[in-house]
Formats: sequence, structure tokens, C-alpha cells
Amino acid sequence: MEKILVLVHTIEGGSIPRAALETLAGAQSLGGEIAVGVFGEGAGSSIGSLAVEGEAFSQPRYATDAAACEALIRASGAAIVLAPHTSRMARALPGAATRVGGVVDTHIVGLSVESGALTVSRWFYRQRIEGTLSRAARPWVLLVEPGSFEAVEAAPAGVVTKLDVAAVSKTQFVGFQSPETGEQTIRPDAETLFVAGAGWTKKQKDGQTHTPEAAELILGFVRAAKSSLGSSKSLVDMGSEGEPVLPFLTHLHQIGQTGSTPRHKKGLATCCHGEEPHVVGWRFIRERRAVNLDANCGWARGKADVLYVADAFEVMRELNKLIS
Amino acid sequence: MPYQIVVCGGLAPDPLQTLEPVPGPTAPALKNEMMLPGVLDPWASHALYEAANLAKKHPGSSIKLVSLAPKAKLQQVLMTIAQKVPFELVALDGANNGFSDANETGKALGEAIAKLGLPLENLLVFGGYESATRGAGVVMQIVAERLGIADVFLAVDEIAVEAAGSFTVKERVEGGKHMVSRCAAPPAVLAWATGSLPEPPNHPQTGMANMRVIMPSLQKAAPTAVPTGIAFTSASLPKLVRETRIVKDTPAAEIAQEIAEWLKQ
Repeated sequence: MEKILVLVHTIEGGSIPRAALETLAGAQSLGGEIAVGVFGEGAGSSIGSLAVEGEAFSQPRYATDAAACEALIRASGAAIVLAPHTSRMARALPGAATRVGGVVDTHIVGLSVESGALTVSRWFYRQRIEGTLSRAARPWVLLVEPGSFEAVEAAPAGVVTKLDVAAVSKTQFVGFQSPETGEQTIRPDAETLFVAGAGWTKKQKDGQTHTPEAAELILGFVRAAKSSLGSSKSLVDMGSEGEPVLPFLTHLHQIGQTGSTPRHKKGLATCCHGEEPHVVGWRFIRERRAVNLDANCGWARGKADVLYVADAFEVMRELNKLIS
Repeated sequence: MPYQIVVCGGLAPDPLQTLEPVPGPTAPALKNEMMLPGVLDPWASHALYEAANLAKKHPGSSIKLVSLAPKAKLQQVLMTIAQKVPFELVALDGANNGFSDANETGKALGEAIAKLGLPLENLLVFGGYESATRGAGVVMQIVAERLGIADVFLAVDEIAVEAAGSFTVKERVEGGKHMVSRCAAPPAVLAWATGSLPEPPNHPQTGMANMRVIMPSLQKAAPTAVPTGIAFTSASLPKLVRETRIVKDTPAAEIAQEIAEWLKQ
């Protein structure tokens, strides 16, 4: 097996994101020589034998991050570069790969060695087709999807080579912002994903819409169950088109073809038809249940484990009583 | 300040279509690929709408849509897109699907934009942060490298231009948060997530004006071969189909109890 560089960045306080330790596990599963390169705040006292640190590199931004990655790849001399698919790496690493004359592949969910050559697997067409592939070009930079490997422990490196990297940027990091509504969207640590579909805002049995009650039931569940809150595109789009809808839902909540693909153990869909563009975002939800009035909806066709054909308002009223 | 906005956008199969991979000469392809109805890639569409919104607020700005796609298919899709917002087309005629090489696609688009010879001081390059086909999320960074642009933003939901010409960008990051950055000035590359704008309604006059320049551009589209460095071992549909248990005619309280127990497991 060729030499591997595991490239990671630090997060606030100089710690290492869990996804980085998962990527390290993926590298170890391949065998062969492994070097670890770290950049960011406190990188010099982290797990890497190669480090780029300094004020300029503590800010997550393209120019400085790409320069740090480029320097670490060159210094390592590795043919294979594995990095966690965090937003920071996803932004900077493709540029760094281009600078070192390499190629990059992302969203890697599996790594294996066949006849001494590395083969990787990833999804195509938004989790609708699974493929395995290899490349002859080197360096081959791979961004590994979080959750693909069990994280391993890593101790600080004994000897650290700190690289001197010059990089300037006309971009300044300002800070992080939660959605204006104050409602959490995707909580990576949550066990359950709760999805609200467009049916919550439709006319109910009495011929009236009950949007305020829908909001209360949805938020009541999300807060009590400490779940992630997701939505279908149709419900989010209704909001941006000026229709009276659930005000706390934004595009950040959107799951599916043009939204996110979260990883939770369980998922509960309510008032959502389970159409394919939405359900592709459920690819990594292991246990799926849905509450819907339509017994022939998409969930019934092999997309959920259990479909409850029932009024979601009634079910959620009862469920919230039980879990609150 | 008027901007030169270049939007990179490819095509994707209509999301409601069934996709089935079939072997191809150098890489897998989709069954009946040329027959599948296409759309402008969803994130690239958002980038185009955001570009139009920005151009409207900054008179004198122009938008160029650079697209690498089979010419005939591109023409079909543009009949709809051209009615949404005003833009000029720069077409590259080439096969480009989910199994094509994102690295090579990025290089081809970067070359095409570089050939336009646009001044960098007011250049903004937009595109989707991933495609709905490859979903790689690397093309815009490769374009930036080819153009020598060192300010790149990924999964952008908002750009706010300030009076001095600097601008603030919100990018999606982990945990459902936005990362806020301030860039002093163009040039910059912004790879868009969904943004916050709805799809603009069709406007026939805009469509007619666009098509007058789009059709000649399509006729002049340069044949663009996108080599691939990928050796595919397999491409297949996921095998897991769940056996759905359908629970009907059951009181809501009983269903709630069952769900509550499942959540506790």
C-alpha cells in the first residue's frame, strides 16, 4: 500500500473533530505507512507529525486553508491523502489537490485494497446509485464521509515538524450563526430525525388549516425528543413563495435531492408523501417510520419500515403527551 | 459596482425519473440517458437566480451562464430556464453525467471562463456547491484555481454587498449553522446551496430576448471532450428494499404508544 497522509484540521480550542478520528481509522484499515498532518488553531500540539499553525490558519477560509493543505501534502510526499468530509476540508482541499497536480474524490463511504491498489466507494446521483472506483493519478485526495468508520483514539505526536507557510487572504472569518428562528435543524448527535411534510399546512378534516397547532406539535416533539428537524422541499418552498406556512422551517431544514442527507439511527416522517427526491436524503437513516393518511404513498413502497395510515395531528398530540 | 457574474451550471435528470446504471465504453451511463427529461442542475439554478437578483440590484451587471452539456439537451432545458432570468449563454458541447470526472469538468469550465477574458476586479463566479449528478462539490474550487481566484465560498446561502464593495457571505456548515465571512472585494467564487430565493416565474419577453442570443451561442458551442481518470469497478442501484408494515384502522393513541416505545429502544 502506498504512503497515506491523513489530513485534519483542528476546531475551536485546538481539538480534533470526531470525523477526523474516523478518517484515521479508515486509513489504518488499509495498512501501510501513515503520516498525520494537522492545520489550524493549536495544530502544533495535536496528533500530527506535520503541522501548520498560526493566527492566519486558525480562521476557516479558503486561501489559508488551501495553502496549509498544499504544504502538508507536499511535505508528506504521500500518494494517498485522506481527510474528513467537513465543510472546512470540502471547501479547501479540492483547490489544494489541484495545486499539487493531484485529483480529488469526495463523499467516500468505503475504502478497500484490492491487489495492492486502493478502491473507494461513493454514491452518485444523490445517493441513488452506488459505485466503486479507483484512479491511477497521484496524489489522490479523498474526503471521507463522517460516520463511515468507527473513530479511533489518537495521542499527540511525539515529534512535530511545523511547516512555515505564507498565505494571505482578503476574507475574514466573522463567526457562526444559528438559524434566525433559534430552532435547531440537523443535530449531528441526535438519535432521531423528525421530518415535517407539506401535509401539516393543508386543510384538515374540518376543512380548515391548523398551522399554529401544527407548529406547536412539531416543535413540541423536537424539543422533547431532542431530535433533528427536517422538512421536504415542497413545505420549505411554500414559505419562500409567501404562503402561510410553518415560519421556523427554512432551506436549512430541507432533506433530499436538494437538501441534506443526515445520518441518524431513526427517522419519523409525518405528513410527507415519501417521494423519491425527498427519500434520497434518507439513505443513511437506518430505521424509518412514517405517519401519513395515504396508504399508497411512497413510504408504503419499500421506503419505510412501518407506515401508520393515520392523522398526524392526532398521533402527534398523543405522542407528545407520552414523551414530554 | 456593476458585476460580471459567471454562473456555471450543468444538467441533471429530472429528479422524478427512475435512474438505472448501465455499462458504458469507458464509464457507466444511465439507461436511456438521452431520453430522460433534464433540468438545469438544482443548485446551479439557485446560483442563477441569486445572480439575477444581485445583477438587478447593481445596474450594469451582466450574467453569463457557462454550461457543459450535450447541445441538444441543453437547448431543451434552456427553453424553460431562459424565461426565468436574463443571461448570455456560453455553451460547451460535451457529454457530462454523474459518472464523468469532476476534476476534468472543473478544468474545462475554468478554461472556458478564462477564454472570456473578463476583468477580475468585478468578477463573481457562481455555481452550485454540488451537482445532483456527481455530487462531488469540487468543480468550483478547480475553476477558482484555474482563474487564480483565492476567495472561494462553499454552500452559500446569502451574499450581502456593502457600500464599500466588500461583501458578507453565509455558508452552510455542520450542525445546521451558517458560517459568516467578509470578503474585501471581488473576484470571488461562490458555490451556492439553496440560497433564499424562490424560483422566478416564467417571463415570456425575457425568454424571447434570451433565445435571440442563446440560439447562435448553441450553434457555436465548441465540442468539448471531458477525459476521465476514473476506473469504475461497479455502479449499481442500492439493493435494500424494506418490507413496509402498513398499520391501518388503529387508534391514534395506540400508534403513539408504539412510536414512543420504538423511540425509547
